[in-house]
Amino acid sequence: MSAIVEEGVDPKKRRLLTIATAAVGAAGAASVAVPFLFSMKPSARALAAGAAVEVDLSLVELGQQVTVEWRGAPVWILHRTPEMIAQLEKNDGFLADPQSAASKQPEYAKNAHRSRDPKFLVVKGVCTHLGCSPTKRSEIGAAAGDLGADWPGGYFCPCHQSKFDLSGRVFKGMPAPTNLEIPPYAIAGTRLVVGDDKA
Amino acid sequence: MASASKNHDNLPGGIVGKTIIWVDDRFPLLENWKTHLAEYYAPKNFNFWYYFGSLALLVLVLQIVTGIFLTMNYKPDAALAFASVEYIMRDVPYGWLIRYMHSTGASMFFIVVYLHMFRGLMYGSYRKPRELIWIFGCLIYLCLMAEAFFGYLLPWGQMSYWGAQVIINLFATVPFIGEDLAVWIRGDFNVGDATLNRFFAFHVIALPLVLLGLVAAHILALHEVGSNNPDGVEIKQNKDPKTGIPLDGIPFHPYYTVKDIVGVVVFLMVFTVIVFFMPEMGGYFLEYNNFIPADPLKTPAHIAPVWYFTPFYAMLRAVPSMFGSQFPGVAVMGAATLILFALPWLDRGKVKSVRYRGPVYKAWLAAFVVSFLILGYLGVVPTTVWGQLPKGLPLLGGMDTATLVARVLTIVYFLFFILMPWYTKNDKELPVPERVTS
Repeated sequence: MSAIVEEGVDPKKRRLLTIATAAVGAAGAASVAVPFLFSMKPSARALAAGAAVEVDLSLVELGQQVTVEWRGAPVWILHRTPEMIAQLEKNDGFLADPQSAASKQPEYAKNAHRSRDPKFLVVKGVCTHLGCSPTKRSEIGAAAGDLGADWPGGYFCPCHQSKFDLSGRVFKGMPAPTNLEIPPYAIAGTRLVVGDDKA
Repeated sequence: MASASKNHDNLPGGIVGKTIIWVDDRFPLLENWKTHLAEYYAPKNFNFWYYFGSLALLVLVLQIVTGIFLTMNYKPDAALAFASVEYIMRDVPYGWLIRYMHSTGASMFFIVVYLHMFRGLMYGSYRKPRELIWIFGCLIYLCLMAEAFFGYLLPWGQMSYWGAQVIINLFATVPFIGEDLAVWIRGDFNVGDATLNRFFAFHVIALPLVLLGLVAAHILALHEVGSNNPDGVEIKQNKDPKTGIPLDGIPFHPYYTVKDIVGVVVFLMVFTVIVFFMPEMGGYFLEYNNFIPADPLKTPAHIAPVWYFTPFYAMLRAVPSMFGSQFPGVAVMGAATLILFALPWLDRGKVKSVRYRGPVYKAWLAAFVVSFLILGYLGVVPTTVWGQLPKGLPLLGGMDTATLVARVLTIVYFLFFILMPWYTKNDKELPVPERVTS
């Protein structure tokens, strides 16, 4: 065997062949990468775990909030008092998106109280900033302590201090860009179904 | 055989010498020994700051060894992980020791690496011809952050869970593809078993392999161009005309191997005191909320990342959302780490070491360090820590004081880099000596 033949060589053809070989090799490598990258997507089992959740609203007392798990995330059901509902419109001037124009919710929840029934707020308890679950801080004013004397009651996210009112609407100047998301749900009498528009 | 061309004169006789020669005929044993240890000439004026490179290597080995033994009892399953860590702590003989060594090692790794990086910054070790060493180092730092993040999910405590939730959602803020990207990283719509299982794979095999490769590249690049020193003088410019050895150089072995052993002993004294007496370090090395099993429905009332991420976390928190997106904060945080890569080309000074820099550079370096430290502190505490500005103030009234400070310091952090081409070029620098001092 001798060294690579250099005589009578067409360097242009050789370069073309080198490039073509490299391109085919790269395409092959990219194709092989596909199954590996796709294997990291949610599995069939993860996709199947999204069934609706039922809640008996007669068990949620006035002013009380219960948390249910839907698709692995918390969904809150808050039974709002008349005072809480009355406070909502007073918040409008301090909110980033009072009409929920840029926020995610079903059509039937795109209103001032962000719900089908003003008494019951059904909202995903997941901060729209980076996905922490805010804490309910429904006490008002000085009673709220660290949140300041003019706190109107709402939700406070412990991770990056975003504040929301009691319909999940975010206050101005917060890290969270939009209001809390409202999941699809339906109410029939005292039966609430989270995750399905039709009861 | 190649033995004719190799010099085996100074080897011991007997079986030891024969074995060395047998191996050396088949493997570049003596050549590597000489290149990297016995005939690697390092400047003779290394000081305290030069311990941290070898210490980083020591901690890397500690983490790998303790990590291997932890995997023997750990279960990467959302239903079993938390209990398996408790099992290691209570039932596995010396399991507590191995785990505390690993958790303490994680924090010590960052302490050592931050000091090592500051050394490079201070003495201009990133400057030509050492740009690639610096870039490999920055990659090691990024890799280390990823490694720490993946590892932090494994105990499956509350901080593990919510920390991962927040960091993965950083990717969800990327415009257009973010949401899908986050689902792809998690392997589910929320942090769950699939996430834990893959993070285990990344933490125990994928990133350690990358890390080892990068460390090898870092050291090979260093040994190609030679070490910098506190004076920033190139020792290769003054060689003994006969031997070709730098006049200010001494062989790494035995001089610096012995010096580094002193560093190792002192380091291990500190390390063992922490491991045995304060492994939680008041909640900074092991966060208290992480002794509560992960609960996807409830975020703990006070949440902060582990201390080594807090400067960047403070920047993230300081940037308000813009145009209905929180991406700007994420971009600032990312830029804060990536801007390090540009350092060799931002610095236009004629001297390398801070010893001969002018007052303007020194002031900027001090401002940078102070900003980094205060940001680190602000990342640990709630934004309300320093109260609010008076309501009457125009523009800023009612804002959290700490948020404003974090914003200002974030700007200082970036200005240190962005303005560097100007203030280093026009600074009043001192003359650099021909040879290293002291």
